[in-house]
Amino acid sequence: MWRYLVGRALQTLLSMLVVISIVFVLTRLSGNPVHLLLDVNASERDQQILMHHLGLDRPLPVQYGIYVKNIFMGDFGSSVLTRRPVTEHIWERLPATVELGFVAMFLSVLIGVPLGMYSAVHRGTVLDSAARVFAVLGQSMPAFWLGLMLILIFAVVLGLFPAGGRGGVENIILPAFTLGYFTSAAILRLTRSAMLEVLGSDYIKFARLKGLHEQIVLWKHGLKNALLPVVTFAVMLFVQFLGGAVVTETVFAWPGLGRLILESITTRDYPIVQAGVLVLSALYLIGNLFVDVLYSYLNPRIRHARA
Amino acid sequence: MRVRSRELPWFAGAILIALVLTAVFAPYLAPQSPTEGDITQKLIPPFGMEGGEAGHPLGTDRFGRDVLSRVIYGSRISLIVSLLAIGLSGTFGTALGLISGYRGGLTDSLLMRCADIGLSLPTILIAVVLVAVSEPSFQNVVLVISFLLWPRFARQIRGETLAVKEQDFVALAVVAGRSSTWIISRHIFPNVVPTLLVISTLQVGYVILLEGTLSFLGVGVPPPNPAWGLMIAEGRGFLATAWWITLFPGLAMLLTVLAVNLMGDWLRDHLDPKLRQVGSRAEAEPATIEPVPEARPRGAAAGADGG
Repeated sequence: MWRYLVGRALQTLLSMLVVISIVFVLTRLSGNPVHLLLDVNASERDQQILMHHLGLDRPLPVQYGIYVKNIFMGDFGSSVLTRRPVTEHIWERLPATVELGFVAMFLSVLIGVPLGMYSAVHRGTVLDSAARVFAVLGQSMPAFWLGLMLILIFAVVLGLFPAGGRGGVENIILPAFTLGYFTSAAILRLTRSAMLEVLGSDYIKFARLKGLHEQIVLWKHGLKNALLPVVTFAVMLFVQFLGGAVVTETVFAWPGLGRLILESITTRDYPIVQAGVLVLSALYLIGNLFVDVLYSYLNPRIRHARA
Repeated sequence: MRVRSRELPWFAGAILIALVLTAVFAPYLAPQSPTEGDITQKLIPPFGMEGGEAGHPLGTDRFGRDVLSRVIYGSRISLIVSLLAIGLSGTFGTALGLISGYRGGLTDSLLMRCADIGLSLPTILIAVVLVAVSEPSFQNVVLVISFLLWPRFARQIRGETLAVKEQDFVALAVVAGRSSTWIISRHIFPNVVPTLLVISTLQVGYVILLEGTLSFLGVGVPPPNPAWGLMIAEGRGFLATAWWITLFPGLAMLLTVLAVNLMGDWLRDHLDPKLRQVGSRAEAEPATIEPVPEARPRGAAAGADGG
């Protein structure tokens, strides 16, 4: 168990280093940052001074070392446009992304688990087929298009929800559903197959033989045991949402970290892009580590197979 | 979800054949040019609506370009990007997977750690930043998608190679003094082809969604190319007045990905020997009961990633 944990943690660290390196190489590839910082007419000497000041005249490995050190110290530099520390920009936007992720996770579980359970119990009925269609569509639909169609129907035509922005409960429903549709489809399939497996097991047959009420059998004996993979999966979803925030946030003008990154790409504000990508990736990687550890703790079969 | 055994995937097959024919014969099928429009003909609604014209069955966009023609030509971009990206990452990933599985030892550990790191990255986020900084172009989109895709091939092919390697005919070839290259290419590779075919098909939908997402965010194939994602992005500003610009390319994308996914599921049930065995053992519910560890999509959740 310990060997697995240490190995998994090391791998997360390595992945983080890869992301850091990709970002480092990209910023060096994307041209000399001095040109972005200085006026077009800046003299050669001014450029030299700024390069020296930023440490850009040092050998690349040294630059890389300093870069990694600064990141681990939490120093991401300042925005090219606003001159404010990048960390301030990130902290402003992060809560919106986390909020959207949580609501989307909640929504996907709320939709996926009951539908999956219903599908499993009433296998082969029309509603089971309908639930499967819902799931297949969810896994084939481009999220950004779904978002726009929801805006068209619920904001433009029906006027039920606002088309974008952050504010009250009504603002979050469409983006959360857009973000959560794919995953509610996945949860549906997972719940259905887990539930089918559980329902075929001996203890369910025994519970029925004992003459327990069917609802008690389903909810207490069935769902409780089928939920284990679903719960772990739900935690992982939240992590996935962080990585995919950029699309939904763009469609719904949601002021989160993903949109900040995309805006900063447009304005070529690379310090923010770097920091944003690093923060989101770090959350994503740490989240996945957490899920794997939780999963192996809950499921001894995995624990022993991998150790 | 899956097509039942002995039942051919008619729906998926028909759509895919239609799609390939559309892409190949686009110049003959499209009524107008996909990139040049008559500005006096802008924002015409689809045929059958008030103000619609038979010459533009699906309406026109803000530059007066014919939406149907653009959707038809758009199929070329989606197909070519997915063929190239899957060809590239498939070749690379398969080669590494074969070597990794056959050699074992240190080579295997190193390659698989690399693949694990690749799989752990937040795909959309990294893709957006990679393409954005390296200038959006057709070539860069293909390269970046391939870079993010190869670990999926390497992981699966390696697993398959491990199983094939234990077979008697491989041992015989070793005893006969055949070289590793000969054994890998003559004995092992032909045996992993079905798996390769299944993974490739299952990845097509993912690549189309990823390419669409990149185009939608403005970091994909550049305009005026009629990429579906790009058309959806262009229609976004006209959602309230000219919804057809957004609706049709999205529908085309949904149908394509749906067909590919259904086909991939069908192939998996019929071609992958391992899964076929599982199916025949579990008589009651052949393909729907998934082993729980497999149900954990390790970074494979395309749309979840895409938000």
